[in-house]
Amino acid sequence: MNALSRRRFLGISAATLAAAGLAPALTGRRTAQASPPPAPDAGKLETIPTFCDVCFWKCGAIATVRDGQLWKIEGNPADPLCRGRLCPRGTGGVGAHFDEDRLQRPLLRANVRGEDTWNVVSWDEALGYTAEKMKAIAQKYGPESMALISHGLGGTFLKHLMKAYGTPNLAAPSFAQCRGPRDVGFRLTFGDDPGSPERTDIANARCLVLIGSHLGENMHNTQVQEFAEAIENDCHVIVVDPRFSTAASKAKHYLPIRPGTDLALLLAWINVLITEKLYDAEYLAQHAVGFEQLAAYVAPFTPEWAYPETGISAAVIRETARVMGRAKPATLVHPGRHAVWYGDDAQRSRAVAILNALLGSWGRKGGFYVPAQMDLPGYPYPPYPHGERGKVDNPDKKYPFAHDTISTGIRSAALTGKPYPIKGLMTYATNLIYALPNEAETIEAFKQLDLLAVVEVAPSETAGWADVVLPESTYLERYDELNVELFRDPFIALRQPVVASPQEQKPNWWIARELGLRLGLEKFFPWPDIETYLQTRLEKGGYSLEALKKSGIIVGPKPPIYFEEGAPAEFNTPSGKIELWSSALQKYSDEHGNPAGFEPAPRYTPPEPNPPGSYRLLCGRAPTHTFSRTQSNPLLSDVMPENALWLNAGEARRLGLNTGDRVCLRNQDDVLSEPITVRATERIRPDCVFMVHGFGHQAKGLRRALRKGASDSRLQTRYKTDPLMGGTALNMNFVRIEPVSSI
Amino acid sequence: MARLGMVIDTAKCVGCSDCVVACKAENGVPAGFFRDWLTESLRGRFPTPHLELRSERCNHCDDPPCVTCCPTGASHVHPWGGVILVDHDACVGCKACIASCPYNARFLHPEGYADKCTFCIHRVEKGQDPACVSVCPTRCMYFGDLDDPESEVSKLLASRRSHVLLPEAGTGPRVIYLTA
Repeated sequence: MNALSRRRFLGISAATLAAAGLAPALTGRRTAQASPPPAPDAGKLETIPTFCDVCFWKCGAIATVRDGQLWKIEGNPADPLCRGRLCPRGTGGVGAHFDEDRLQRPLLRANVRGEDTWNVVSWDEALGYTAEKMKAIAQKYGPESMALISHGLGGTFLKHLMKAYGTPNLAAPSFAQCRGPRDVGFRLTFGDDPGSPERTDIANARCLVLIGSHLGENMHNTQVQEFAEAIENDCHVIVVDPRFSTAASKAKHYLPIRPGTDLALLLAWINVLITEKLYDAEYLAQHAVGFEQLAAYVAPFTPEWAYPETGISAAVIRETARVMGRAKPATLVHPGRHAVWYGDDAQRSRAVAILNALLGSWGRKGGFYVPAQMDLPGYPYPPYPHGERGKVDNPDKKYPFAHDTISTGIRSAALTGKPYPIKGLMTYATNLIYALPNEAETIEAFKQLDLLAVVEVAPSETAGWADVVLPESTYLERYDELNVELFRDPFIALRQPVVASPQEQKPNWWIARELGLRLGLEKFFPWPDIETYLQTRLEKGGYSLEALKKSGIIVGPKPPIYFEEGAPAEFNTPSGKIELWSSALQKYSDEHGNPAGFEPAPRYTPPEPNPPGSYRLLCGRAPTHTFSRTQSNPLLSDVMPENALWLNAGEARRLGLNTGDRVCLRNQDDVLSEPITVRATERIRPDCVFMVHGFGHQAKGLRRALRKGASDSRLQTRYKTDPLMGGTALNMNFVRIEPVSSI
Repeated sequence: MARLGMVIDTAKCVGCSDCVVACKAENGVPAGFFRDWLTESLRGRFPTPHLELRSERCNHCDDPPCVTCCPTGASHVHPWGGVILVDHDACVGCKACIASCPYNARFLHPEGYADKCTFCIHRVEKGQDPACVSVCPTRCMYFGDLDDPESEVSKLLASRRSHVLLPEAGTGPRVIYLTA
């Protein structure tokens, strides 16, 4: 009798006996006869070290294969980033391999752009098509008219391909749509940026200030682990956020700030630190310049001045500043990461940097450590060709402090043809429809192209607009560039295949190489395969690929990481010191007639008021998803299938809405969202609403994610550009709540 | 006999659901079903609400109604550690245990048997922590013998304030939450 029929048999008899009042006779059976459920670890197990790619943190991981099938993935205990524990996205990463909706074969567009109809073709045909289009663009417009927008380490070989082909136009939305303003603000102050992974010494902080940064929801693994340690060590957490975030629930001070007024609070804090002499005078005397100018400038910005702007009482501003002062230099005012909020973001980030400088936390234990990197030379390629034209994204250095390529600048060049046209675009691992603000502009830019080639794992919205789709292997199925990380403990990590790709997907290095060969760039691809490339690089550092395949990671000796331990106190600013008063901004202001926004110390501009009946739209992260790229993952979507609209409970009552109701949002430009479920909550201010980014997919191939929740990106039609560096501020959009239309 | 239990520090938990994802991967829990889950317990008003995030699962009760009510003996107390388990073959899928559980911790597996958290007994027997505990990035979850005063779980319970869910159900739950 097989198990199923036996269950059916017993089912009938138990029900019959129970009905007859005889069931107790059966309950006498106890532990002796019963067997535990079958163990999931029965079978032939094999473990393979690699590193994660569900986000950019790149945690070391160990995958387990059971009877030849991928089973699970766990943190590599030898990895200093994850210390043996992955985040939920990393743990759920195995889902990407099994996603039945992932791209399987190369596709060529069958009809008009954006219709999302395809002919399945061979790799030879897809690569041949792409190479021919790239050749034609080079011939007609010059190679600089081809651009690559990529995300993450996986873009390395495609970037190499593009440089060899002759274009300097390589961008990532991680600059102008994410951490660029922060990095510029810190560079102007310290001559260096907080890095990625950030050099934040959260574990040792005695006071941690989070401004909008929602650690715990924002699941950057090392930071969240250290945040938990800080809580355990009774660190004084101060959270500034219009939303009562998870981090706010751990805070000793929660400051429910009015959206858009963070800079007013920062200036008031600087004012109190200076007025009450709470700064690290010895550190400033040794390392900083511009104190007197800063002190004179912030004198009017008292807590009383900041109160009507921020809604935070003067007493709380003083009290929190004193907490910061007492804990210095182990007071970490976190630099955040997704910093594109209100258009003065580089200057707001500079205020964060100045605050840290006053507290003496840069280079100090419990503040910002000095990171280190293993010395591993790059692959010895021949020099890249240099064309006559420079990068297209920032003509005449309109954004004078942008130190990286502005992805929206590339989009502008595609749209306007100026300063010269972008006619070809390749994207890698970034869904531009979601990553860039104003979807209509992005689509209009796509329409101007002679070639849109998309290298992706999932059939994203951007893939839907492509001419050619090149399906990539997931990170669990490929080798990649080595991760030589700049971190507290320097290390080299290897990504290697754990399982084979299920269909015809190929790794990025293979795609780059095959395109290179078809473009006549053989000399830039001297390595026949990735293992030869990796072995060549590793041998130059005295390491072996075979050994790294077994350990997954090599951790180097830890150098001094704090100034007090002997780490070098070097500042790559014009003065060679920490600049409380920026000489670069002073020089620019003097030479350009003091344009607004370029002041040597940050200037606060009040946010525009909400239009009547509208809420400011805020967005953020959930711990189970990365951007718009994981919603099709069966494991992660099972845990969080859609996003919700966080709405203040009092506002919900006023509008007659309850948690679970479905609504649509209409923004100031009359764009209507997909239906989204209301989450009426005491965890947000009444003047704003919040949703997690990345949902509301409309790509028909993403069946699991299709029309689940709403897209913040679609509502972000309005953006304000940071005058210093071209970042696109997103919190500039207002929405009204409407019933779900009957369409 | 050991009395295995779980202690979860809600002061450290950020509600990330890694425990949920790890359980699903480890145990092959089918789509749409969960052996553990996150609960947000909120009281008070903005801007001073109090939030407790909890990773919840079968409480492996000292006095388990799911075992008492099982007509076939499929739901049973495992002799090792007192873990509550279900014999898949002996279960007839009558759902009596599902109805009896005050914690709503059980579900009917698509293959026809009652399913729930096993405390990852296959791992615990090898000296490992349950999957949820082993992955937790905040290290807020602890597993061990509640009857051993020297165990980490016992020491935590002795030093911190704690609570269990639905104490009024009288089932003797063995998943215990530390509070700030």
